[in-house]
Amino acid sequence: MRSIRLIPCLDVTDGRVVKGVRFVDLTDEGDPVELASRYDREGADELTFLDITASSDGRETMVSVVARTAEQVFIPLTVGGGVRVTEDARRLLRAGADKVAVNTAALERPALVRDIADEFGCQCAVVAIDARARIEGAGWEVYTHGGRRPTGIDAVAWATACAANGAGEILLTSMDRDGTKDGFDLELTRAVVDAVGIPVVASGGVGTLQHLVDGALVGGADAVLAASIFHRRQFTLGEAKSYMASHGVTIRPV
Amino acid sequence: MTGSPRIAVLDYGIGNLRSAEKALQHVGAAARLVSDAASVAAADGVVLPGVGAFGACARALRESGLEPAARAALESGVPFFGVCIGFQLLYERSEESPGEVGLGVFPGTVGPLPPGVKHPQMQWNQLVVPDGSVPAPLRGLGENPWVYFVHSYVPPIGDETVAVCDYGGPVAALVARGNLWGAQFHPEKSGRSGLGLLANFVALAA
Repeated sequence: MRSIRLIPCLDVTDGRVVKGVRFVDLTDEGDPVELASRYDREGADELTFLDITASSDGRETMVSVVARTAEQVFIPLTVGGGVRVTEDARRLLRAGADKVAVNTAALERPALVRDIADEFGCQCAVVAIDARARIEGAGWEVYTHGGRRPTGIDAVAWATACAANGAGEILLTSMDRDGTKDGFDLELTRAVVDAVGIPVVASGGVGTLQHLVDGALVGGADAVLAASIFHRRQFTLGEAKSYMASHGVTIRPV
Repeated sequence: MTGSPRIAVLDYGIGNLRSAEKALQHVGAAARLVSDAASVAAADGVVLPGVGAFGACARALRESGLEPAARAALESGVPFFGVCIGFQLLYERSEESPGEVGLGVFPGTVGPLPPGVKHPQMQWNQLVVPDGSVPAPLRGLGENPWVYFVHSYVPPIGDETVAVCDYGGPVAALVARGNLWGAQFHPEKSGRSGLGLLANFVALAA
């Protein structure tokens, strides 16, 4: 049986959960450990923390957030943001993370993915890809530095290269949709799912519960990720899962 | 016995062991990571974790010097729980790492998941007990509990297998033979079901 995972995502900076539209205009959404516990109780299948702080102080804070979370939350935890070398990955894994997501640093040095996979296993090497539809021509382009810097690299080709290089999962965010509540970029999701044999997490744009269903059934994603619809209690995880289950998605009930 | 059961989580340099330690503590065990044979011998129960590749884990276990302690614990009959690659290490060998050998408590070779499904299986899946009975690890967990799997290889289904999951066909998920348990999934990452299973193991060691 194939089941779909529902993953609340917490963007964390300086020890607080924040949310912005297209990575800017950040607002405070609460304490990450508290939110993580609430999501666990509500039936989250997994949690993702993205450290959107660039500073080294912020990364230290993140390690402690991960450690405190791991004391009370017993579901898988992915942590990304600021992971530049295998030592960064090691510290997060030791603190209690199960997977680490790399983004900018993997584009600068693709061997980082292989290094993490070799050292800790493919299952904990996640590559986060921030992609945007090309303005001219077909396809999607990879962006780095929190979605600010274009790379010229094709997102599907990059995902394929990462999978061949030992990645265990792709966390795929549409920069066009992130924060818009217009739903996932289903074409992008489908293109990456069809190109790689590893699990793909769809991210960016969820505003309704039907968007979660579409990500799984139309986009073909193995997991669907959302942030603000849960932080602001627009829906509980339980409501989301009931809706998904009654619309044809196999998912662990709460 | 007085106090909480002492559970030794074998720390042989592989992966995130903090979750296993914290989850066992959460259900009442005096769990700690141990890397010396004396602490293993003194424990009321032993957990052999493992993530990554079979060969890397087998080598790390040997090089850590803890393999004799693990074998002694297995021979003593103390409650012993192999998790994920720690479960696979209970078998003779693995197609993932042909040059390496496991502990060989159970016969057979660990092989890849069935074709036609994604590798790794990285998802929650339901446990199915073939004959409908409730094996000791699953007591109190309800029917067909959901647990979290992350793996590309799996041991063969044998007499020791007490629960499977369906992933391109039946896949060995849980074994129990007396005090020796093994799980392909991660109980320490399986929410309430996983904590319930770990509580059952801690009770076994009490």
